[in-house]
Amino acid sequence: MATDFTLNGKPTRFDGDPETPLLWVLRDHLGLTGTKYGCGVAQCGACTVHLDGKSRRSCVTPVSTVAGKNVTTIEGVEGKTAEAVQSAWVAIDVPQCGFCQSGQVMSAIALLAQKKRVTDEDIDNAMAGNICRCATYVRIRQAIHDASAKLGA
Amino acid sequence: MHALLPSRRAFLQSSGLVLGLALPMRGAAKAAATAVPFAPNAFVRVSTDNLVTVIIKHIEMGQGPATGLATILADEMDADWSQIRVEFAPANDPLYKNLAFGTMGTGGSSAMSNSWMQMRNAGASARAMLAEAGARRWGVPVSAVKVSKGVVSSGTHKASFGELAADAAGLKPPEKPILKTPDQWTLIGTDLTKVDSATKTDGSAMFTMDIRRPGMVHTAILHPPAFGGKASKVVDAAALAVPGVLAVKTLPQGVVVYAKDSYSAMKGRAALDVTWDLSAAETRTSEQLYNTFAEAASQPGNKVEASGDVAAALKGAAKTIEATYLFPYLAHAPMEPMDAVIEMKGGKLDVWMGSQFQVGELGAICATLGVKPEDAALHEQYAGGSFGRRVTPLMEFAVEAASAFKAYGGAAPVKHVWMRENDIRGGRYRPLTVHKVRGGIDAAGNVVGWEQVAAAQSFFKNTPMEAMGIQKGIDDSITEGLADAYHFPNSYIGQHIMEGGVPTLWWRSVGNTHTAYVMETFLDELLALGGKDAVAGRRALMKEARLKAVLSKVAEIADWGGKVAAGRARGVAAWKSFGSYVAQIAEVSVGPEGVPKVHKVWCAVDCGIPINPNVIRAQIEGGIGYGLGHALYSEVVLGEGGVVQQGNFDSYRSLRIGEMPAVEVAIIKSTESPTGIGEPGLPPAAPAVANAWRKLTGKTVRRLPFIHGDNA
Ligand code: FES
Ligand code: FES
Repeated sequence: MATDFTLNGKPTRFDGDPETPLLWVLRDHLGLTGTKYGCGVAQCGACTVHLDGKSRRSCVTPVSTVAGKNVTTIEGVEGKTAEAVQSAWVAIDVPQCGFCQSGQVMSAIALLAQKKRVTDEDIDNAMAGNICRCATYVRIRQAIHDASAKLGA
Repeated sequence: MHALLPSRRAFLQSSGLVLGLALPMRGAAKAAATAVPFAPNAFVRVSTDNLVTVIIKHIEMGQGPATGLATILADEMDADWSQIRVEFAPANDPLYKNLAFGTMGTGGSSAMSNSWMQMRNAGASARAMLAEAGARRWGVPVSAVKVSKGVVSSGTHKASFGELAADAAGLKPPEKPILKTPDQWTLIGTDLTKVDSATKTDGSAMFTMDIRRPGMVHTAILHPPAFGGKASKVVDAAALAVPGVLAVKTLPQGVVVYAKDSYSAMKGRAALDVTWDLSAAETRTSEQLYNTFAEAASQPGNKVEASGDVAAALKGAAKTIEATYLFPYLAHAPMEPMDAVIEMKGGKLDVWMGSQFQVGELGAICATLGVKPEDAALHEQYAGGSFGRRVTPLMEFAVEAASAFKAYGGAAPVKHVWMRENDIRGGRYRPLTVHKVRGGIDAAGNVVGWEQVAAAQSFFKNTPMEAMGIQKGIDDSITEGLADAYHFPNSYIGQHIMEGGVPTLWWRSVGNTHTAYVMETFLDELLALGGKDAVAGRRALMKEARLKAVLSKVAEIADWGGKVAAGRARGVAAWKSFGSYVAQIAEVSVGPEGVPKVHKVWCAVDCGIPINPNVIRAQIEGGIGYGLGHALYSEVVLGEGGVVQQGNFDSYRSLRIGEMPAVEVAIIKSTESPTGIGEPGLPPAAPAVANAWRKLTGKTVRRLPFIHGDNA
């Protein structure tokens, strides 16, 4: 059974097991490897994408459930908020090993898209599902505040 | 160890063209084939489009060596930072060995220290040749030539590195290149942006897990439930019935499911019905191991160091205390689980891996597959973290991946990836360790005696590294640093190497993960018992001036002795590891779960000449977070029958953003040679928190993690 959805703005069809988690459809079938596997059980956030603009753990999202919806991955994310977040990330060198960072960036963009002026508590809540084993958390927090400031909050 | 490239000359010839830039910095044009006429040594190439590519012999797993090594070379070369690109070295010991190891490899926070002079010389040599090329072109003496920011000039003459590359290629490298004096450095010591931040922010950085090859088969492996078990009966009908599953094979390491994609492989794995033979497995529980190890530690064991007469000193002491400390097994759990891609085509073997032990692992894969090393190539990838996990004395993961590839017949490229459950349950843990310690003070509060015995497995045992790692019955990693920090008039340090079937390994900062914790918390108690200040008391006992200096520095930036907010307390700890000196002060309150909420950690660090302060601060932040996360929340527990109780991040708890303290770092402006930074930030963090916690609550934490019920 085929599943049709919009991926990074383009109509996309997946012809395979509708139970397949979106993560593996993206990585193995569509070649978008920026979205990472870290746990497979919605614990680490490395697989975070946007589903109709909201953060979503793609490892526990059967592809059938995104039918007709908009999926955005790190490869396709764009706009003012995304730019502010990503440039803040690079300006203070957030990544260490980098493996969690696609997911961190996607969660941060979703947070600031929803709420421009954020408190530390907002960051703690919105980013709690994203593990960074390298513990780049000090800089993740700083980069989100910097991006928030740049967005004129 | 095998040399995989026949000679330096062949290497240089083959480097005439760089096809694509492996690791472009931000804004870099992608993959243009450009002439690279100037490759004066194994570490640098200059192309006609004026890019300088630095060849990185170390794995980049987040600790920043790619940036650090490029910085050293670029500075001595007087290149402009914006023209620098980096590329990982191929597996080749003669050219790229870690000078501290004798083979390619990364560990022990040695990347900067072993490469320091090598990269300086490589950069200075290239600089001298470019300067000479300019002098010849313009008919001026080389003394009249200046090099700065990638431009060679003399009076009105001016040329970029790229423009002079072809001329420079014809010149002889200087025998002894002239190195800069520290005041001439322009890049070393500055906060340069890292070479890989942009691609790691936009999702384009490639890791092993991202490699895709035509016709590639994906695997999932099921390991035995206890260490040392073997599959005795495999019923695979249900697994083979999963659409997309191609085959099931049983290896000594476990049962492998091959499939068209990752999801089918995992589904097939879940459908396996395996009976395991556990007759040779380690079936003891963690509790049983603790008891056995604690019993051993109550005996003196093998002597590491002794001074004076500790028995008499403790007997005559005004006050004594004693304690038993328990440290659990810990998984490294790098964000990217272990993985490799292997392909064989036309008799040539290609391996994609983030290898931390390049020549050794490629050699092990070749040996498993019966391929000659000269027919094999390793394509080194970024590694999504390691913390020690990606280098093992027996190279088991490389062998397992090769075995999985071989069992499928070698016809298709195989991507062998561990699931998180394989990783958490897969062993090679930080060793479970027990310390017993006794200490005494005299009536004036001076420490008069210190006796400490540790019991742990040695990860060198029964490996090719045993002769190096265990000498006269002593594995230094078990008691690392205990004899080095303080002057005690009477002391005894001993250790027992324990037997056990759980594979163990170095884990970020190795033995210092527990030795620093015991010494720094127990000494803190003794000092408090004797009415001494934790900073002044330590300083009076410390052996090394550089350790005293970081302690004083951290006391200064944290205003030690100043006012602390109500409901909070501060603790201090200092430790030297991997040649670097680190002191930290932590401020804590009681968190919602009855464990410390760590608000802030102040840190002073002396790691020799600070090559890139930005990277140093990042490693201190990361080391503190990694150390605290495990000390507060993580343990791998062997339950009934030796079965690991944890399997994923729901049970093997990781530090999360709300649990990360603020970090303030002061870097000592040292003129000593650079030393490690990937690991030394970790050891003082947990004891500093424990000392603050004791001050705040009166509770001593002797069993890790803090969240363990025994500490309530
Ligand atoms: S892989 Fe989806 S949350 Fe970890
Ligand atoms: S940067 Fe390594 S896990 Fe986050």
